[in-house]
Amino acid sequence: MTEPRKARVATVSLAGCFGCHMAILDIDERLIALMERVEFDRSPLTDIKTFNRRCDIGIIEGGCCNEENVHTLIDFRKNCDVLIALGQCAIMGGLPAMRNAIMHSADPLRECLEEAYLTGPYLRNTTRLIPNDPVLPLILDKVYPCSEIVDIDYQIPGCAPSGDIIFSTLVALLDGKFTGFERETLRFD
Amino acid sequence: MNGPFQFRIDGVEVAATPGQTIMEAADAAGIYIPRLCDVEGLRHQGGCRVCTVKVGGKAAGRSVSACTQPAEPGLEVENDTEARNRVRRDLVEMLFHEGNHLCPICEKSGNCELQAMACRLDMTAATRFPYLEPCRDLDASHPDIALDTNRCISCGRCIRASQDVDAKGVFGYVGRGIHRRVAVNGADLAHTDAALADHAMSVCPVGCIIRKGEGFATPIGARHFDHGLIGHEIEGRAGEDLARKDGRK
Repeated sequence: MTEPRKARVATVSLAGCFGCHMAILDIDERLIALMERVEFDRSPLTDIKTFNRRCDIGIIEGGCCNEENVHTLIDFRKNCDVLIALGQCAIMGGLPAMRNAIMHSADPLRECLEEAYLTGPYLRNTTRLIPNDPVLPLILDKVYPCSEIVDIDYQIPGCAPSGDIIFSTLVALLDGKFTGFERETLRFD
Repeated sequence: MNGPFQFRIDGVEVAATPGQTIMEAADAAGIYIPRLCDVEGLRHQGGCRVCTVKVGGKAAGRSVSACTQPAEPGLEVENDTEARNRVRRDLVEMLFHEGNHLCPICEKSGNCELQAMACRLDMTAATRFPYLEPCRDLDASHPDIALDTNRCISCGRCIRASQDVDAKGVFGYVGRGIHRRVAVNGADLAHTDAALADHAMSVCPVGCIIRKGEGFATPIGARHFDHGLIGHEIEGRAGEDLARKDGRK
């Protein structure tokens, strides 16, 4: 009889700051126990950039702010049995979603780009242009939470979520015993 | 109906006096009924409906707001059940969607009752509602106070506090239906007689009324709701009562 294989975990950071990936490292020494049960597949941690086989768990950090984020997220949904939105950006857009409404503008994306590249008081942009190279992913009209693009199975809240909640959720999912979070451990920041 | 009487919340006998609301009696008995617009020291409004309970039995029962509904002898109240809490969670979730509630950037985070309510009601599933993402005003005109109305949930606490406690009427509702908003009695907050010491400036459950110069003063881990779920103080009263009774024995 063959040994049961390790669960395959894929991760990606979309419109996020990699803080949630850092938070995965906050699992600390329990990572050793976790790594006996899982292996990382497509992930910035392994530098594997495409799916070559189906994965058991996909972990998404960040929402969708450009075209490439959307394609990557759909690719994760296709290739992962269970998809987890990790952190507030993946869940509701998070900090990048500030550009959706808080600019108080009829055209928030234009205003955001103009301030970032043209009119901001502390700028040095010698080209005087908003970057528009065809190789750059097309930026979306607004930042979308992951659940608006694909079905998300579980959401782990936090900015960033604690190592404890990530670890306990992953272990419960691996055991097939996840029934929800301890309310006392929930944080939205 | 003159003297004290009993009624039941989730099958537990609760003592009440005539004129007490269901919530007042529950609070005294150490039973927490979730609420956002209601706060100790202000008159009841029954606006947010988060305190909705069912009275009069499961099938024929009627949904009422516990903060305004008077307790009655023999009343059967359904409070902490999956069905009630599901409705409350949907209400709270819709409040998140109606405004711009970005917890990671908000200085009220950790002290915010809306956020704490979402935690208590397990608001963790992927949302089924669209984010409305309205464009609302930020009023930083006052030297000591700022208003970020993106975070306002129209609970009306500041209105009641300003009218009833401060006797000023700095805040009031304007508009109707979904367009009803809290507004200030002047061109902006600087053109009202609002003052930092007003009771109205200390009752906001969310990060709308901001006391300038105080943001992020309390470190993560020491903020109000880092110490326990919203309502744990009220639920703690039940334990205290028992301890007091035990002490007397």
